[in-house]
Amino acid sequence: MGASTAADAVWLRVVILVAIGVLSISSRLFSVIRFESVIHEFDPWFNYRSTMQLVEKGFYEFLNWFDDFSWYPLGRVVGGTVYPGIMITAGAAHWIMNKLNFPVDIRNVCVFLAPFFSAFTAVACYLLTTEIKDASAGLLAAAFIGIAPGYISRSVAGSYDNEGIAIFLLMITFYFWLKALKLGSSFYGGLTALFYFYMVSAWGGYVFIINLIPLHAFALLLMGRFTPRLYVAYSTFYVIGTLSSMQIPFVGFQPTRTSEHMAALGIFGLLQIIAFIEMIRSHLSANQFQSLFQGLILSIFLVGFAALVALTFGGYIAPWTGRFYSLWDTGYAKKYIPIIASVSEHQPTAWPAFFFDLQLLMPLFPAGIYFCFQELRDEHVFIIIYAVTGSYFAGVMVRLMLTLTPCVCIASAFAISKVLDVYLAPPKEVLNDEPEEETAATKPGDKAPERPKTILYGIKDFDSRLAVIVPISVVLVLFAWHCTWVTSSAYSSPSIVLASQNRDGSQHIIDDFREAYYWLRQNSEPDDKILSWWDYGYQITGMANRTVLVDNNTWNNTHIATVGKAMSCSEDVSYEIMKRHDVKFVLVIFGAVLGYSGDDINKFLWMVRIGEGVYPNDVSERSFFTDRGEYRVDDQATPTMKNSVMYKTSYYRFAELYGPNGNPYDRVRNQPIPKKAINLHTMDEAFTSENFIVRIYQVKDLDNLGRSLNAAASFGKSKRKKRASVKVAATRKARDDDDE
Amino acid sequence: TQTQLVTRLWSGYTNSTPQLLRLIDAYLAAVMLSGAIQFVYVLLVGTFPYNSFLSGFIASVGAFILAANLRMQLNGANEFYSLSPEGAFAEFIFCSLVFYGFVVNFLG
Repeated sequence: MGASTAADAVWLRVVILVAIGVLSISSRLFSVIRFESVIHEFDPWFNYRSTMQLVEKGFYEFLNWFDDFSWYPLGRVVGGTVYPGIMITAGAAHWIMNKLNFPVDIRNVCVFLAPFFSAFTAVACYLLTTEIKDASAGLLAAAFIGIAPGYISRSVAGSYDNEGIAIFLLMITFYFWLKALKLGSSFYGGLTALFYFYMVSAWGGYVFIINLIPLHAFALLLMGRFTPRLYVAYSTFYVIGTLSSMQIPFVGFQPTRTSEHMAALGIFGLLQIIAFIEMIRSHLSANQFQSLFQGLILSIFLVGFAALVALTFGGYIAPWTGRFYSLWDTGYAKKYIPIIASVSEHQPTAWPAFFFDLQLLMPLFPAGIYFCFQELRDEHVFIIIYAVTGSYFAGVMVRLMLTLTPCVCIASAFAISKVLDVYLAPPKEVLNDEPEEETAATKPGDKAPERPKTILYGIKDFDSRLAVIVPISVVLVLFAWHCTWVTSSAYSSPSIVLASQNRDGSQHIIDDFREAYYWLRQNSEPDDKILSWWDYGYQITGMANRTVLVDNNTWNNTHIATVGKAMSCSEDVSYEIMKRHDVKFVLVIFGAVLGYSGDDINKFLWMVRIGEGVYPNDVSERSFFTDRGEYRVDDQATPTMKNSVMYKTSYYRFAELYGPNGNPYDRVRNQPIPKKAINLHTMDEAFTSENFIVRIYQVKDLDNLGRSLNAAASFGKSKRKKRASVKVAATRKARDDDDE
Repeated sequence: TQTQLVTRLWSGYTNSTPQLLRLIDAYLAAVMLSGAIQFVYVLLVGTFPYNSFLSGFIASVGAFILAANLRMQLNGANEFYSLSPEGAFAEFIFCSLVFYGFVVNFLG
């Protein structure tokens, strides 16, 4: 705004963009500064582990990696079941820096990858918005996306997850797509496809691109906006993009065989037909054309559509997978696939979440879309479609807020910059002499005589533009403030370290997870198998370096259900399961001492549900509820609940913590726990962390004398059963059955 | 009248299409033929090395598309912003390099 020449404006833009980049990196560093440079959450631990594999063993070893540390009896073919984009990106960054004699630990590369890519996202957003409006709107959009909490939540330092680089790739792909569409350039179409390829390698959300771009093309066709440029851009993108996406082993032949990719194929076919007909039309008069092709376009389209439908019902094209289908039928996952519904990110979004993540942008978003409708060039159609679909998906599922955020930033920047265009424009009478008002301000002496003064009186004398500019500046400042506050307070905690505040305000760090994982790492044999709920699978393999039965990649529901059954059945039943799976240690998370609500007792019902889905005879959700339908852990808890492995391992010796006279109290469930001692006969307590959050049990060996472990335990314990009478043996037998 | 229309179409095409575009059209026809042959072969024999079939068939489709793009860009009747014939040809070469790279990689 203050540049007198175009070159100055370019420099100003560069400086602003660099500043935005620095800002977006630095606002993501709260957790690193407060805690330490570690990988957060669950999924990133797997990404980190496979990146280490890539860095240590090389690319080809990584592609063919068979991971025998997860899904114990089965193992996991990592090369074929992972989106390798983020690992390869981090590996490449690591390699380049080492080649430049700048040896950085791979952990630090992984931790700081997302913040750096967020800076690139800001640049990509700038480019995209520049295509839609102009550079000043672009700068606003870049500033918004740089600090918007909706995006920061998935890209703080240490959050080494696919989304970190995927949003950058999403934006840059869309930018090249719009560029290709505008210019009709197959070069940009090819670039779109290349970045689409990168996106496919990075995140499963590539399906969004391969449906959004065809939708855009289709909308343009329906609006009668077919141009050769559209043909060139779309066809190049589709052909190269589809072929390249099939190179990713995890995707494989899906682009030819699943319903998610059929929209793109259909639009591709439609475009060919329309282009051919347009060519013929150019050689015929309108009248002849009518007679020859009346209804031909429509019938070909209908036949093609019917063919796709028939192929789907015939089974040649796979129907929608559950994960995508549950976006349309929002009750589907809860009913049929509890494992999808059990993830907290898959819940619908509440209104406050929109405001919390986007604040000012949320009310500006519809205004931006309104302006898009007003102009409605091809690229505005794209933004409108993106906004509609993105809003729907963000409303259905919390985690898809992430894909909506860039669109909201762009539309809001569009709206604000529209307003500022009007209210920051120099007044009409100044327009004639000098193009910029700032130069006029710096050198007032030169200009004053040339300006033809229109004299205003009273309230008209007051420059009313200030009445708009000042509030806008204020809300923008408030927005930045809100973003920083949200980032600092809500999104910058590494979930492996829990922080609490002491009375004097100093920070108290609860580090039970790493304590326990490190205990496992040092005190168990390298080939010991750990049984835990799937949430902790990645962290155990990553930090404890031990084999787990199930992990966060929930590809085998039956296996998870087996673990769920082992957790929710009585000891003797689950002992059999554990022995069959060579389990050495059982790990449970228990938050009742500290009030850590994300513990396994709260997740227990999902274990039961998932277990029941596969073993309806052994596990029944109903029996975990009291007669009044309550889920209790106190003395009213059902016998099934009290006998379950999860209950016993969680509350084992919990009452002792409160001494002989204390009242054991569960601080998460807010229920008193019965004082009666819990007997574990199939496992020994091996380790319990400082705050009782992680409890590790060692599964006992089979009894030397061939007794059942239950009998062996009661033989060792009770004195009064020394009398060898048939009657007592019979009651003992009965009590054993009771226990089950 | 249908045959009449088709002959008129043909004459219109031969009269108004420049040599270069007709050359491209011949190439398009050849590529389309190769794709059709591959598809018929797959229908007869089955899709066992599916990736080989896909890469071969998509190679035909892609070659067709890239040449059709070039044809559209060279066609004077279409409006393309600031694109010279040399530029269009350079784009064609770029896309072809990328595309056939992927084809060869996918051939297996």
